[in-house]
Amino acid sequence: MFNTALTLSDLGFLAQGALMTLAVTAVSVAAGTVLGVIFGVVRNQLGAYWSAPLTFLLDVFRSVPLLIQLVLGNAFQSIAKLGWPPFTTSCVVLSLYTAAYCTEIVRGGIASVPPTTRRAARSLGMTWWQDMRYIVAPLATRVSLPSWIGLTLGVMKDSALVLWLGLIELLRASQVLVTRLQEPLLILMICGAIYFLISFPIARLGGYLEKRWSND
Amino acid sequence: MFSYTFHWNQALKALPQMLDGALITLQVALLSMVIGLALALALTACRLSGNRVLGGIATTWVEIARNTPALFQIYMAHFGLGNFGIHLSPYTALLVGIAFNNAGYLAENFRGALKAIPDTQTRAGRSLGMTPVQAFRYIVLPQMLRVAFLPATNQMVWAILMTSLGVTVGMNSDLAGVTQELNARSFRTFEFFALAAVIYYVIAKAVTLAARVLASRMFRY
Repeated sequence: MFNTALTLSDLGFLAQGALMTLAVTAVSVAAGTVLGVIFGVVRNQLGAYWSAPLTFLLDVFRSVPLLIQLVLGNAFQSIAKLGWPPFTTSCVVLSLYTAAYCTEIVRGGIASVPPTTRRAARSLGMTWWQDMRYIVAPLATRVSLPSWIGLTLGVMKDSALVLWLGLIELLRASQVLVTRLQEPLLILMICGAIYFLISFPIARLGGYLEKRWSND
Repeated sequence: MFSYTFHWNQALKALPQMLDGALITLQVALLSMVIGLALALALTACRLSGNRVLGGIATTWVEIARNTPALFQIYMAHFGLGNFGIHLSPYTALLVGIAFNNAGYLAENFRGALKAIPDTQTRAGRSLGMTPVQAFRYIVLPQMLRVAFLPATNQMVWAILMTSLGVTVGMNSDLAGVTQELNARSFRTFEFFALAAVIYYVIAKAVTLAARVLASRMFRY
């Protein structure tokens, strides 16, 4: 196992793949979070009845395998003649996927703010926006941040599936190397180690924040 | 905008084949869940045992399962084990990969559930003359299962969604695999995969609903 044909440039190739994974994750999480916050607030404002269509739509993204969503997204963009490259398609699908989960997190965060606190803010003459900005946002963030970190890591791991659309991210890069060098175990272990190194410290941070912020 | 003609008939004609695939999907998910639950209980026992080595192995397992992609774990089972001369079929590789993943998440879930049950209850049971096993069996376990049930059903839904990854290692009998084969023959990608998405959605909802009914029956006082 230690007489390997793996060279430094191969490791560079893996690193490029890792960068692609991080890029897809960053774009999707950023866009997904913005959408998720908007949807979360909208769902909260409209109430269960009027936001039912939105709830259903977002639920679909959570109940259909991501791989199927990616294939469908890709097929759709070619049907609609949008001419998106795989990177854009992947990011759009992953953003919607992220948004679906993020909405749930945001909604939970807003719901965790006691209604009495909000009513007090409004009685002090704050507008709805001020109430949202200065009362709800700080309190809800405290509740939501640990799960949001979990979601980010989940998206980072799920972004491996974009290899199906031909994007060379970390897992696909290691697969290419496996095909060439025929040393699956070593290369996959390096690939797994990279995923682990990205994910584990952040997961720990999330766990720490959860522990620290939950004792109220 | 759409100069494309949809051919839903082709997809609907293949529905029986796809439903057969859906059965395989359910079968893999259920099997992986059963194996995963058994492994998760073993992992939890290892962590609670106080033995350094066993606890270390269990923690490593859980952290690897939770911090690497499920697809990576399936690749590891399919390609990685080849180094040891173990060549798994796509079906087995998928099952091994998902079971490994399930075990990790469920073990963490059990740990959280155990934490929710105060130590004092075990001590109370012990002072009533129960053996440690009895205290665990009659006091901790029923409460733990109640707390862990809902997250476990979520994991079941995850397992169903994860089975779709089998297609990347050449699985062709589950729903995603069947759909991919049909797609390769006709190139009606959108139609076939849209139908597959509907089937996945229905399965996921049915499982969630069934779990809710089951929970309301099992866990009422």
